[in-house]
Amino acid sequence: MTGPRAFRKAPALALFGLIFALLALTFTGFDQLGPLASEQAAAEQVVAADAAVAAPYAPAPKLTAADYPTIAGVNSRVAVWIFAQLHLWFAAFVLAVPIFVFIIEIIGMRTRDKRYDDMAYEFIKVSITAYSLTAILGGSLLFFLILFYPHLFGYLSTIFSESMFYYALLFFAESAVLYIYYYGWHWLQGGIRKWIHLGLGLSLNVVGTCLMLLANSWLTFMMSPAGVDAAGVFGGDTWAAMNNFLWHPINIHRFVANIAYGGSIVGAYAAFKFLTAGSQEERAHYDWMGYNANFIAICALLPLPFAGYYLAAEMYLYSQQMGITLMGGIFAWLFIIQAVLIGTLFLSANYYLWCGMGRSDGAKRYTKYIKYIAIVLVGAFLVWFTPHTLVLTNEELKALGGPHHKILGPLGIMPAKNTAVNVMIIFTALSFMFYRRANKVATVSWVNAGNAIQVALFTAGILNIMFLGIYHGYFTNTVYKVAASIPQVLTTVVVIVGSITLDSFIYKNSKEVAPLHWGRIPGRAMYALFLLAVAFTWLMGLMGYIRSGIRQHWHVLDIMRDGSVDAFTPTLGFAANVVSVAAIIFMAMVIFVFWIAQVSSNKTLPSGYWKE
Amino acid sequence: MRIPRLLQAVLVLLFVYFGFILVFDVILEAVIPASLIIMYMFFVTAGVFMVFTYDEEQTAELVAPIKAMVEDPSKRLIRNIVFVIVPLAVGGGTYWQMQPSFEAPLELRTIHPAPPTTAKIYGKRVNLLKLENPYRKLEKEDPEQFRELIDEGAAVYIKNCQYCHGDKLDGKGPYAEGLNPTPLNFQDVGTIAQLQESYLFWRITTGGPGLPQEAAPWISSMPVWQDFLKEDEVWKVIMFLYDYTGHRPRSWEHE
Repeated sequence: MTGPRAFRKAPALALFGLIFALLALTFTGFDQLGPLASEQAAAEQVVAADAAVAAPYAPAPKLTAADYPTIAGVNSRVAVWIFAQLHLWFAAFVLAVPIFVFIIEIIGMRTRDKRYDDMAYEFIKVSITAYSLTAILGGSLLFFLILFYPHLFGYLSTIFSESMFYYALLFFAESAVLYIYYYGWHWLQGGIRKWIHLGLGLSLNVVGTCLMLLANSWLTFMMSPAGVDAAGVFGGDTWAAMNNFLWHPINIHRFVANIAYGGSIVGAYAAFKFLTAGSQEERAHYDWMGYNANFIAICALLPLPFAGYYLAAEMYLYSQQMGITLMGGIFAWLFIIQAVLIGTLFLSANYYLWCGMGRSDGAKRYTKYIKYIAIVLVGAFLVWFTPHTLVLTNEELKALGGPHHKILGPLGIMPAKNTAVNVMIIFTALSFMFYRRANKVATVSWVNAGNAIQVALFTAGILNIMFLGIYHGYFTNTVYKVAASIPQVLTTVVVIVGSITLDSFIYKNSKEVAPLHWGRIPGRAMYALFLLAVAFTWLMGLMGYIRSGIRQHWHVLDIMRDGSVDAFTPTLGFAANVVSVAAIIFMAMVIFVFWIAQVSSNKTLPSGYWKE
Repeated sequence: MRIPRLLQAVLVLLFVYFGFILVFDVILEAVIPASLIIMYMFFVTAGVFMVFTYDEEQTAELVAPIKAMVEDPSKRLIRNIVFVIVPLAVGGGTYWQMQPSFEAPLELRTIHPAPPTTAKIYGKRVNLLKLENPYRKLEKEDPEQFRELIDEGAAVYIKNCQYCHGDKLDGKGPYAEGLNPTPLNFQDVGTIAQLQESYLFWRITTGGPGLPQEAAPWISSMPVWQDFLKEDEVWKVIMFLYDYTGHRPRSWEHE
């Protein structure tokens, strides 16, 4: 039984599917589908009719290469891959921007500083065009899925018919709220109107998050199917299928990552505007905007490795096979690239902060420590990306007596990585603290005691992280090895929150050295912001591929086998090339978004064109 | 005399590079692979230049000699020399890199090939996600019998496995030198300590021919031990491997 069983349950979904099917046929033309497709469609109708008479739900179809249409010679896997990735990048961006725009709007309301309100508006302005592109790419992805993978889409839409229907409704709600929120920004100002506007911002975030949760459940179902039996027969409980094993780990990881990503993209926008600014005032404004965007990106970046580790640990827990494929098997080397890119994120975020210290006349007191922070960061970074399986020449292999390196080998496993990343996070927080302190002079009498407590806190924290990493990582069994990451994270959180809280007391009623010179920052720092956005983009693409690729030859793991000619894992080089091409396309589209956001404020007054 | 900043940066890089060589290759006698030191030095260089350029004044000082060399009319001779040497060095380096050699190509070997979800072992279809060592529970229930089983596993290991994996389980058995890739070192924290017992059971019983198709061709001379050993002997050997190395199998339960 290979026919799609979509659109059978809810009449509304049938309507939804019909519209898309008609659109799809309009785009492709009936001729292109040819007699094979019409015969297939007829056969499927018969099969679907049989199924309707028999059991309420059919097992997952067993497919052969003939079940995958070939259209216009397009490589269906690469097409779906690129469109899914482009859609995801834009979706991550447009879901993230309203989150921090909402927070910035609140800050503006609390401080009554209009600069925050203007910045929030500018951020949402950038995301408006991106929103349209998200929808266009999402629609294209849907077409491609229906056209290239009709049976897979049919099977998934049978199970998720209800949630797909609500997804469509929520999409309308999201658009409506977003447009009122954006176009009503200047209208809904002051008093109760501002509160209404804020309420719209909250609604926008709630709807956006629900959309993300729904879409996440479909993809995690493909990785850790639930609510179906071993043959893939749906039990009828949509919630059981949605609430599958990897749903929440993905939800948490994506929520945090989206914020970091959104921050980095608006940071790149601010950098672009800074570099093209015509006046000192404009430079100052976009420097300030870039600083805030980078701050958002860093705040979300700090917990991200933990969310990622939690997700990977859950994948391993769900399936030994997926876990090994992910980090010890064929994707291990993409993980090294991932480690390199994450380290690059930390280095560029720190470099931006160090460059930003030039805005303050009091920074000299702290810049002398930068070289030590850099030594620790780079050292931890080297541990972070040291591979477990080394690439060795024959000569090196002989010299070492085997592929195992007695010193570097142990750095290749997770306890070393977790220790390194916690240290990197703590020192990035230290860079941030120095940046905050650079322009302040403490006035409290206990400043020396406060500093000593902070030094003690950092020292104890780092020692504890090292102890947990080394002892539990190398001298206990795996369950404690994995579990030790939790106290490591908690230590990092205690150090960061404790020292920043203490700092706020030390610098209460502090004096400013001099007003901050916004705009006094080298252009290099702006390229660090670009690097942040590019590294994030590439990273998401590569890791997205890995997440999807660990299913290997399964559409739905162990339930629905990929029967297409593409049911193989491509080489790492090919995959990296596809992701890189997609990243370049995305960057070109982002530049278009930046440009279009700028164009809307340009005005031309042609002389003699209009009647006087 | 104060050392110019550009020279400082170069000296720091040379110090780090030769530091790696001295520590790893000379003192520890554990060669640092060229593939790794290239990656290390790339990011050390990035770190050094981050520290040397976060400030406008320092950056100006850093690039001053380069700027002078390019712009200063009095440095014409040195400029011309550099402009000849640099492209030649790059060209020579590229030629040297691309020149065919007799060296075998580098290999990206992954230590742990991912197991299938199910496998046919001893004539049965086994679900590797759920498979457990039937003797593991004896560790708590009957430690004496558990110890006896480990000793039996040791005997099986010495008769069959140590020729390649070594009598110290360090992958340095008498035949190890003749194999490429060399047999796995079970003492390494990155091998059996990372794996569930079901993985070892699959890998031992199905050997090289049982390896998955993904990222083929796998190279492994591991025999198909289900043809030579009984099922209980394999489980006992697995228990011996963990007992001797002091590692614990990967599990999800606290003890």
